Amino acid sequence: MQSSYHIYPCGDHALTIELGDRIDTAVNDRVIALFSHLRMLNKQGIMDIIPSYHTVTLVYDLAAFPEAEDATVYDQLSNWLHTVIKHTDAISINKRQISVPVCYDVSLGWDIALLAEERGLTVEEVAQIHHSVPYRVYLVGFLPGFPYMGTVDARIAAPRRSSPRTNVPMGSVGIAGTQTGIYPFDSPGGWQIIGQTPLRLFDVRRPQPCYLQPGDEVRFHPVSLTEFKQMKSHGHTHH
Amino acid sequence: MGIRIIKQGLLDTVQDHGRYGHQHWGINPGGAMDAVAMRVANMLAGNEWNEPVIEMHFPAAELLFEEPALVAVAGADFNAAFNGMACDTNKLLLVRKNDRLHFTAHRKGSRAYLSVKGGIVADEWLNSCSTHLKVQAGGFAGRALHKNDTIRYKYAFKQAEKYTAQPAWRADVQHLYNGRAIRFIPGAEYHLLDEASKEYLHNEPFLLGRKSDRMGYRLEGVSLGYSNHQQIISTAVTRGTIQLLPDGQLMVLMADHQTTGGYPRIGHVIGADISSLSQTVPGSEIRFSKTDLATAEKLFIRQQTDLRLLQNACTLRLTDWLQQ
Repeated sequence: MQSSYHIYPCGDHALTIELGDRIDTAVNDRVIALFSHLRMLNKQGIMDIIPSYHTVTLVYDLAAFPEAEDATVYDQLSNWLHTVIKHTDAISINKRQISVPVCYDVSLGWDIALLAEERGLTVEEVAQIHHSVPYRVYLVGFLPGFPYMGTVDARIAAPRRSSPRTNVPMGSVGIAGTQTGIYPFDSPGGWQIIGQTPLRLFDVRRPQPCYLQPGDEVRFHPVSLTEFKQMKSHGHTHH
Repeated sequence: MGIRIIKQGLLDTVQDHGRYGHQHWGINPGGAMDAVAMRVANMLAGNEWNEPVIEMHFPAAELLFEEPALVAVAGADFNAAFNGMACDTNKLLLVRKNDRLHFTAHRKGSRAYLSVKGGIVADEWLNSCSTHLKVQAGGFAGRALHKNDTIRYKYAFKQAEKYTAQPAWRADVQHLYNGRAIRFIPGAEYHLLDEASKEYLHNEPFLLGRKSDRMGYRLEGVSLGYSNHQQIISTAVTRGTIQLLPDGQLMVLMADHQTTGGYPRIGHVIGADISSLSQTVPGSEIRFSKTDLATAEKLFIRQQTDLRLLQNACTLRLTDWLQQ
């Protein structure tokens, strides 16, 4: 990688590599490339590799590294990372393209009617704007399997609700600022809910329990309430 | 046959070291809040260090042993009573059929750990038996223990009749904990705290809030001032990360923390002090002191060495006792 980066400690058993200072796809491409490369290297002592919009964080087992007189484990890992990052460009990543059905019916999209009204749009127009562009999964966090996706069109970008709901149903599709996300579980939450997917985004019985992963490109496609109910009753899960 | 829950506790779950390697899916590691006590419980029982144990909060469950076993309780002191008689923590206990263990007073610490020699039967999910309550997986059916649950032993202790006296030794664990200020390393946004707030952080006590739980510790103190209100882009956080919330109060992330966060990171509690912090009781005082990364690493390695020494001592004692 040619561009600049910087590494800083995140406590005594984690470090963060910052590859940019903003939310954009070019920065996130570098994040995903480094994340994939590090996972492939599978270095002894590294317990977790966590990508975000602009950073990759490594959680490591201090006791797994040899003690050195004049270098901390953090220094040893940083030095190793300088070499790894230098050789990361060569890694090409295959981005997965994934289609996610969403029902934008007002009975499921609790906030879509009000959002439409505020923006002088119809509910159908809000839905259409939402599903007309592909989204990047920048990171998975907050809840197991919760994808933070962007970028939402400015016409329907909307702040978090001032008071979060105590229970947002599983599958709810929401907007927070220019991000869109899907709740994989019933959970408290403050995102503005515009629809619901019948897909089960998180399935504990699978070795890969999450449907969506950092770097994925997601396209939403609208389904009617009838189709939604059919898909839901067939227990649509990921393949 | 195993341990039956006679009376349900506040929050008793099966935990091991935690579930690592899946945080990129938003799956938090969880695991024993006090990893030192989990290890002590296991070493007393002669187990592998990462064998699943039962983590108990106060009021803790009342337990009935349906068949003989060697068990150990470590961590918090909840005034354990064995068949109604006071019994020590950090000690191996020979239990026979229909023996009872219950906990009568919240004396010291927040979390006690029960191990069984040979281990308990627990569900594994993504290479860990820690209970993930949100996902409802791992441990005992992915949930807290209820009345009438039976946690089975992996092995029966068949030679129990051979032994008449209880094991007599106790593990000395005091040196594994830090009884003074909790040490931290400055975080990426530490420098944005104003000087008065830094002074306060280094010199004044915080109160551990009542709402503190396995996810995070809420600290109550003066509202800390922060000079830059530029939005921070969400990034990974870890156990021990000290976040500054919008109201100026601090939150320390604990075992069940979210994997990412967007609040300023004031500091990170050092690995060697996480167990001490996890035994702090809500409503009591916490002080902080700043240290550096090199010191933090040394302290952690020393704690690991001390644990290994204790492990060796426990192995010798147990082997002697079993061969009596």
